[in-house]
Amino acid sequence: MYEGVVQDLIDELGRLPGVGPKSAQRIAFHLLQSDPVDVRRLVAALVEVTEKVRFCELCGNVSAEDQCRICRDPRRDAAVLCVVEEPKDVVAIEKTREFRGRYHVLGGAISPIEGIGPDDLRVKELVTRLASGEVTEIILATDPNLEGEATATYLARLLKPMGLKVTRLASGLPVGGDLEYADELTLGRAFEGRRLLDV
Amino acid sequence: MHVTHLSLTDFRSYPTAEVPLDPGVTALVGPNGQGKTNLVEAVGYVATLGSHRVSTDAPLVRLGAQRAVVRAAIARAGRSTLVELELVPGGANRARVNRAPVPRAREVLGVLRTVLFAPEDLALVKGDPVGRRRFLDELLVALAPRFAGVRSDYDRVLRQRNALLKSAGATIRAGRGDVRTLDVWDSHLAEAGAELLAARLHLVDDLTPYVRNAYAAVSRAGTDVDLRYRSGLGDDVGDGPPPGRDELRDRLLEAMARSRATELDRGVSLVGPHRDELVLSLGPFPARGYASHGECWSLALALRLAGYELLRADAAAGDGEPVLVLDDVFAELDAGRRRRLAELVSGAEQVLVTAAVPEDVPDSLAGARIDVADGEVRRVR
Ligand SMILES: Nc1ncnc2c1ncn2[C@@H]1O[C@H](COP(=O)(O)OP(=O)(O)OP(=O)(O)O)[C@@H](O)[C@H]1O
Ligand SMILES: [Mg+2]
Ligand SMILES: [Zn+2]
Repeated sequence: MYEGVVQDLIDELGRLPGVGPKSAQRIAFHLLQSDPVDVRRLVAALVEVTEKVRFCELCGNVSAEDQCRICRDPRRDAAVLCVVEEPKDVVAIEKTREFRGRYHVLGGAISPIEGIGPDDLRVKELVTRLASGEVTEIILATDPNLEGEATATYLARLLKPMGLKVTRLASGLPVGGDLEYADELTLGRAFEGRRLLDV
Repeated sequence: MHVTHLSLTDFRSYPTAEVPLDPGVTALVGPNGQGKTNLVEAVGYVATLGSHRVSTDAPLVRLGAQRAVVRAAIARAGRSTLVELELVPGGANRARVNRAPVPRAREVLGVLRTVLFAPEDLALVKGDPVGRRRFLDELLVALAPRFAGVRSDYDRVLRQRNALLKSAGATIRAGRGDVRTLDVWDSHLAEAGAELLAARLHLVDDLTPYVRNAYAAVSRAGTDVDLRYRSGLGDDVGDGPPPGRDELRDRLLEAMARSRATELDRGVSLVGPHRDELVLSLGPFPARGYASHGECWSLALALRLAGYELLRADAAAGDGEPVLVLDDVFAELDAGRRRRLAELVSGAEQVLVTAAVPEDVPDSLAGARIDVADGEVRRVR
């Protein structure tokens, strides 16, 4: 245990995803030895994201304004909607440049163990968005693991009766993994080879 | 195949150990508690990513250490492969094959095959169904490593479904909750369950003749041995030729639909391969509850030997002959079974035997000898 404020910093860092107690300690001491100017720049960036960044009211992606850049872009195809778990998946798919439609970010996947059901995800918002009839195809791009597959099955069963074309990213994505870790080429191919879901 | 070198760091009682091994028989001899089983346990871990003694990795890491490393060099069909595993309790294990990291430890499955006999094997016959299910599943994975994925998918879907049954049970029964999520988990459980079930059924069919032969060889008795897979879907599933995967999936779905009310009530999944049983019988009687102690031992040995023969016959693997590990079993057997087991395994490519005293190693298994005492592993012959 270190003295008050240092330990507080280590504890806070340790709360971040993927940062264990050892890394937290390493980062803390790195910060203590850094140029105060650099640290202040980090502080400013942290303050700025917490104050300025919001979630897009349409798709749920991170955004600096009420609606995100992609939802505001008139060149994007309004007929195709790609459903993902997290904002980071939007970034991964954007990198492939394969997809010209818009997104819907669920905010996770169905996982009873973690107490996450459809009501805890942005499913209602998705259904509301579809009411206008502008969207005709839904691409389910949830993670290729059990929870992602279950979420895709759930959504397919919910959306099919609404007369939409529902597709799922082609396999070939590493099974059990996270979408964001798939390389661009694989993810790009998964888009081309997406298949209709029969449920 | 055979192991040419085993190297340990902070595994069980060993800060380090270097053990060169030859093909043929090697006896590991030393007083109780000196670390003989620890060595063969490490060999088994390389083959199965699990221990035959414990279900978690924590006890495998030396007291006070953070992680353990097991390295094994394996000679197979004239080629040598180095498998390195780092065990990190509470974290993901890391693995390298020929110095190249693999994305998941699971990918080393299939490089080394072992069949391990241990005093605990008696529970295969006398114990609860869970041990017999594990026996089948471990053999499936040894035959086709992709079943490790099927098995863990099934377990995970099952845990998710049980969590939902527990949490949503009350609301759904009150007619308020959303059954659509449960429908989704039903279909995923049926999908994974049908694959596991179909594989087990075929395995039991393939295994049965080997078990009969091995039982006759070990016991010298003409008793009829029978293996019956008992599925909650009905006796016909295990009796006739195995139904196809699609039929099994549909029947699992129907069975879940039938028992839904009870499942919601109890908060657990009541149908599926996790509830099935492999019934072993000797003559007209089920072995469990009827067979004598000696008969139980013969049958337990016959199951292991049958697994060994099945793996050996698996031509698809190319040099699929597993390494045989006999941990302390001879001390448990009477003279006749001891002699016959020794004869049956003496021709194997590599046999590792542990014994507290040299006299416990049958003469027909004379070979190399390694003494294990006070943390020292010393080749003496
Ligand atoms: N994680 C661990 N850290 C340190 N020591 C351990 C650990 N796990 C087991 N041991 C020690 O290893 C010893 C057991 O070794 P092992 O089971 O290999 O004995 P053995 O030589 O096979 O004995 P026996 O003849 O009785 O079967 C015990 O003394 C135990 O305390
Ligand atoms: Mg022992
Ligand atoms: Zn948006």
